[in-house]
Parts: sequence; structure tokens; C-alpha cells
Amino acid sequence: MAHDTHIHVRSQAEFEYTKKKRAEEMRGHLATFAIMIFLTLIAFTMVTAGFSAYLIVPIVLLLAAIQVVLQLYYFMHMSGKGHGMVAFFMFCGMFVAFITILALVTIVWW
Amino acid sequence: MSSIAQKKGFGATIWDFMTTVDHKKIAILYLISGGIFFLIGGLEAMLIRVQLAKAGNDFLSAGTYNEIITMHGTTMIFLAAMPILLAFMNAIMPLQIGARDVAFPFLNSLGFWLFFFGGIFLNLSWFMGGAPDAGWTNYASLALASEGKGIDFYSLGLTISGFGTLIAGINFLVTIINMRAPGMTYMRMPLFTWTTFVASALILLAFPPLTVGLFFMVFDRMFDANFFAVEMGGNTIIWEHLFWIFGHPEVYILILPAFGIFSEIFAIFSRKRLFGYTALVFATILIGFYGFMVWAHHMFTVGLGPTANAVFALATMIIAVPTGIKIFNWLLTIWGGNISFSVPMIYAVAFIPSFVAGGVTGVMQAIAPLDYQLHDSYFIVAHFHYVIVGGVVLAILAGTHLYWPKMFGTMLSEKLGKWTFWFFFIGFHLTFFIQHFLGLMGMPRRVYTFGADQGWDLFNAISSVGALFMAIGVIILLVNVVLTSIKNERVGNDPWGDGRTLEWAIASPPPFYNFAQTPLVRGLDSVWIEKMDGNKKGMIFAEPLGDIHMPNGSIIPFVISLGMFIASFGALYFLDGDKPWALAVLIIGLGITFGSMLLRSLKDDLGFHITKAELLEDAKGGNTDGH
Repeated sequence: MAHDTHIHVRSQAEFEYTKKKRAEEMRGHLATFAIMIFLTLIAFTMVTAGFSAYLIVPIVLLLAAIQVVLQLYYFMHMSGKGHGMVAFFMFCGMFVAFITILALVTIVWW
Repeated sequence: MSSIAQKKGFGATIWDFMTTVDHKKIAILYLISGGIFFLIGGLEAMLIRVQLAKAGNDFLSAGTYNEIITMHGTTMIFLAAMPILLAFMNAIMPLQIGARDVAFPFLNSLGFWLFFFGGIFLNLSWFMGGAPDAGWTNYASLALASEGKGIDFYSLGLTISGFGTLIAGINFLVTIINMRAPGMTYMRMPLFTWTTFVASALILLAFPPLTVGLFFMVFDRMFDANFFAVEMGGNTIIWEHLFWIFGHPEVYILILPAFGIFSEIFAIFSRKRLFGYTALVFATILIGFYGFMVWAHHMFTVGLGPTANAVFALATMIIAVPTGIKIFNWLLTIWGGNISFSVPMIYAVAFIPSFVAGGVTGVMQAIAPLDYQLHDSYFIVAHFHYVIVGGVVLAILAGTHLYWPKMFGTMLSEKLGKWTFWFFFIGFHLTFFIQHFLGLMGMPRRVYTFGADQGWDLFNAISSVGALFMAIGVIILLVNVVLTSIKNERVGNDPWGDGRTLEWAIASPPPFYNFAQTPLVRGLDSVWIEKMDGNKKGMIFAEPLGDIHMPNGSIIPFVISLGMFIASFGALYFLDGDKPWALAVLIIGLGITFGSMLLRSLKDDLGFHITKAELLEDAKGGNTDGH
């Protein structure tokens, strides 16, 4: 609807600020991307190097968890404003799922 | 509803309800279909009690009896209690937070129709070769051995209706997080909204394990996948775990909204602010959280070992703490209040001792060594009926009386309401109290008959008489509904006179856009605050009157669900070998579902606007149904 449209003219200061923010964000993205590639390389190298499975499996799982967190915070903007509730629900869900699966696996297969 | 129905033809009304995305109409749909399933489940309960009325009865065969107990449990939990609570959540929660609708009106409709078709599918099993017969818990070894298609009806029907419930839960979460009126902070939300919120979070986290379990079950039965087949290296206990990881939170999904309804009732009819609001909120959250930590207490006798049993026993007993906090807060809310014993309040007062009795037997069963004695006896039957009927069903009946004027614009008769209450309440205790002792005397659950020499005759006969009382109570309620609808005496915004929360500051039933202007909330019990400040309207506004953007109705949710319904028949029959049409049915059904989803994605539906002029016209007492 036409009457809902607002035209907001940005001042020079606002423009500079946004530009700076974006540049920072971009740097963050690139750095994270590099880290993620590096973590992937570690994982692959470990497997090809032929270490014991008992060493590889937990480390690869740990690396995967780090990748998920990086992905969520740097690429899916979970650090941004208004994501508190999303983060809360995700971590609650993960916590509940972790305890449930841990207890289930322990009592069924131990 | 009736005033609209008179203005429009019957067909037009049906079409209106099939295409509606309005949370209030969807609430009515949930209430009616949940109510019908409640009657079906109740009928099954009556058949069970007739069969057990005397020793050696041959009213039902053993096989039919198994089908009936299974369908009684499944229907009451999945198709009656939960949908009726969803009806109240839909009807009231958006009003309580000052919203115009739920966050996703289209999904709200989709959730309802998925539940509805799932329920119809499950109940069609009666006419299509036999209902499921492995109990509502559907334990795997028994279910895999079950002949016929009953169990497949169970797994497919619950999968579909489970989708619907999951969608509804997510929708409520998003609504409560994002759509609260200005000033409505989390700690100013009415307790029914809080319990809806926590119950929805439980739905979100608890339904996926059930879906996984049902998925394994379908694959085991149809494709010999052997997840649960012990002789092929599977593990039959996994089903029990998956089922109860879902099943225990499920009973909290039922009881938390019931607590919410009673919290509203205690505050309204004691004319007092809830005692210990903050404690009630945190107790709700704690109960929700603990709900996930206790599932193995349903499986003490499986042989998990003493360590696991001890851990789960302790965790279970801890739940009594937040529940106790709630009970005391309610008692202290009543204490010193200016109490009026209207029908909802009578139910609320009766709920406290009934539910506490169920809770206490729950703590008894949490003692693992004692549970070895009680397990699979009538003591268990008595316990869970005390919490579900004494808690959830009393809340449903109380909520029906409390919110009937808000949903339909007329008051249910107080006099008939009291008759319903006394028949139902006496019948309930008559039926189930004595079952504790039957259990202690050794009567096992799920037996279709017993011998005259076992000494269980008298108590079973008394129990059956009690069930008859409950049936009479429900029939009186139906009569009450019919008489009230015929009389059709319209009521104002706040028919109970002491409404405290935002739903009582708006017309009964509310106009289809709810609030012409979004209210501004100044504290807990905002309507009460405004009334005490001499503001007769009960609310102040956060915005000037302006155009309102509304979603268009749509038949697509109905069609998507219909597609799933058709596809389930294909899935049910296509491995039979002698039915070549089954695969075609499966493909056509899924085609309808995905086709209509595609249509929804490609077709822009921007909704419509109600202009300020129309709102002003409405405010003078014009139409309220939007057509």
C-alpha cells in the first residue's frame, strides 16, 4: 500500500557507519570461511593419515560442532539483534536432545 | 456462530469454515471435532465398562476388547484432549496477548485439517478390517505381531495428525514471541498464555521422537526393516524409549494448558491477582523441562538396571516440587478472595483434590521397587485417569463454561452446568477411586474379563456404575449446549463481570479482526488495572485507528491435508500385491498435496485491507463476520 511506504534519506554519517559495519562483517565472513576450510582440511588429513578411529571420530565430531557454531553466528546472523529467543530455543533443544540421547544410548547399549 | 449461520446458507457456512484462516473459527473447528472424538472415545469407554461390569462377561470378544482399549486411549489423548485444548489456545491466546491473529494463519488452518484427516483416517480402521489392537502405547513386539491393518492405520494416522499438532505448536511459539501487544512483556503475560507457550515448546521438542518411532514402525511392518525385530538383531525396547521420550512430555502438553485454564479461573472467580505469579511461571517452565528427564519411569520393569531406575525415580519425584508450588499458589489465590462459585470455579476447586490424589499415586509409582508391584495393574489405570480426567478433562469442562461466551457469544446455563459437574465429578471418583484397590488386589490392566472367584466383581460393578454417571454428565452438557444455542441470548464483553485479561475487553464473539486498535498493556491483568482506574472500556490503545491488513481465506490447507489422507490409503494397501490401484492412489494423493503446496508458493496472495471507514461502521454495531 502506498501510504505504508516510507522514503528515508540517509545522512552522510549514517552512510559511513553502515559502510564501516558492512566492511567489518565482510572481513568476519572471509575469516570464518578461511577457518572453516582449514578445519575441513584438518579433518580430511587426519583420515588420510590413518590415525586410530578412536582418535579421529571424536575430533571430527568436535570440528563439526565448531563449524556449526561458526555457520550459525557468522553466516546465519545469530549474533544479530533480536535473535535471543532463537538462540535460547536452539540451545534448549540441543541440551534436551543431548541429555535424552546420552541417557538413551547409555541405558540401551551399555 | 449461530447468528452468522442464520444470515448465510448452510453450504456457505460450511465453505466458510473449510476456507477460514481466522484463529477463532479454527478454534471452533477444533472444539467441534475434538468434541466429537471425545464422544467416540467416551462411547468406547462405556463399552469397556459394560464388558467389565460382571465376571466372565461375553459382551465383547477378547480381540474387539483390545481394539476398543487401544482406540479409547489413542482417541482420548491425540484426538480429543489435545485438540480441545488447542481450541482454547486458538480462541483465547491471541486475544490475551492483544494480537489480531496467530503468526501464520494459513498454517493454523493446515494444522487443523491435518489433525482432522489423521483422526478420520485412524477411526476409519473400524470399518476397514479392524482397528489397532496393541494398546495406545503400541509396544513394538506386540504391534509387529498384530495381524490385519490396524497398526498401519495407527502409524499413518498419527503421523498425519502429528504433523498438524507440530505445526500448531510452532505457530503458537512464533505468535507469543513476536505478536504481543506493546507493553505485554513476558512477565505480564496471562498464565494461560504462558502455559500455551511452554506446552508449544514441549510439542516442538517431543513430537519428533514420536515421528521417528512411527517411521521405524511403518518400515518394520511394511518393508521388514527389523528396527524392532529382536530375532533379526533389532531392539524392541527402542520403541518403548522413543514412545515415552515423546509420551511423557505429551502428558505435560495436556496438563500445562489445563493448569493455565485453572489459573485464569482462580484469579477471576476469587477476584484476586494470582498469588505468586512469578513462581507459577517458573514452576510451569520447570515442569516442562523435567518432563523430558523422566521418561524411563514408564519402563522400570523392563530391566534397565538399578542405576537407571534410581536416577529416573529421583528425577520423577522432583517434579512434585514445582507442581506443589502451583497447588499452594492456587490455594493462596483463593484464600481471602471474594469467591463466587460459578460453574468454572466449582470445577477448579474440585480439580485440586482430584489432581493431588493423582499426583500422590504418581510419586508412589516413582518408587521403583514399589512400581514392580503396581506395574500393569489397575492401580496404574486409576492413577493416570486421576491426572488426565481429574486434571485435563475437568479443565476442558471448566474451560468450556468459562470461554463459551467468548467463543460463541452466549452463556451456558449455570444450573445445567452444575448438574453436569455433580454427575461427572461423582461418577469420576466412583469409577476410578475403587480401581486403585482393584489394582492392589491384583487385577491386571488390559484384561477383557475376569473370573467370579477372583473377588473383583463388586468393585468392577461399582466402577461401571460410575462410568454411567460420567456419561449422564456429558449428555447434560450436550443438552446445555443445544438449549443455549437455541435461546441465543447475546452477552457483552465481560459476561463473568470480573475478567482480568485482554480477552474480556473485546466483544463476545470478537470481530474477525479482533482489536480495531492494538491495546497498550500497562501491567499484569491489564483489563483489571484499567477497570480499577475507572476506564470502562478495559483498555487503552497503542495506535490510532487505521486500516488493518488481513489474510484471505484459502481452501488450500484442506486440499493439502486431503491429499495426505488419500495418499495414506495408497501407502496402506500398496504392498498387498493384489491391489494394483494402490500405487496410483499413493501417487495421486501425494500429487494433490505437493501440487497444492506448489500453487500456494507460486500464487501471490497479499490479503486485503479493512478500511478505517468500515471499522468505524463496525464500532457503531455493524457486522462482525467480515462479509
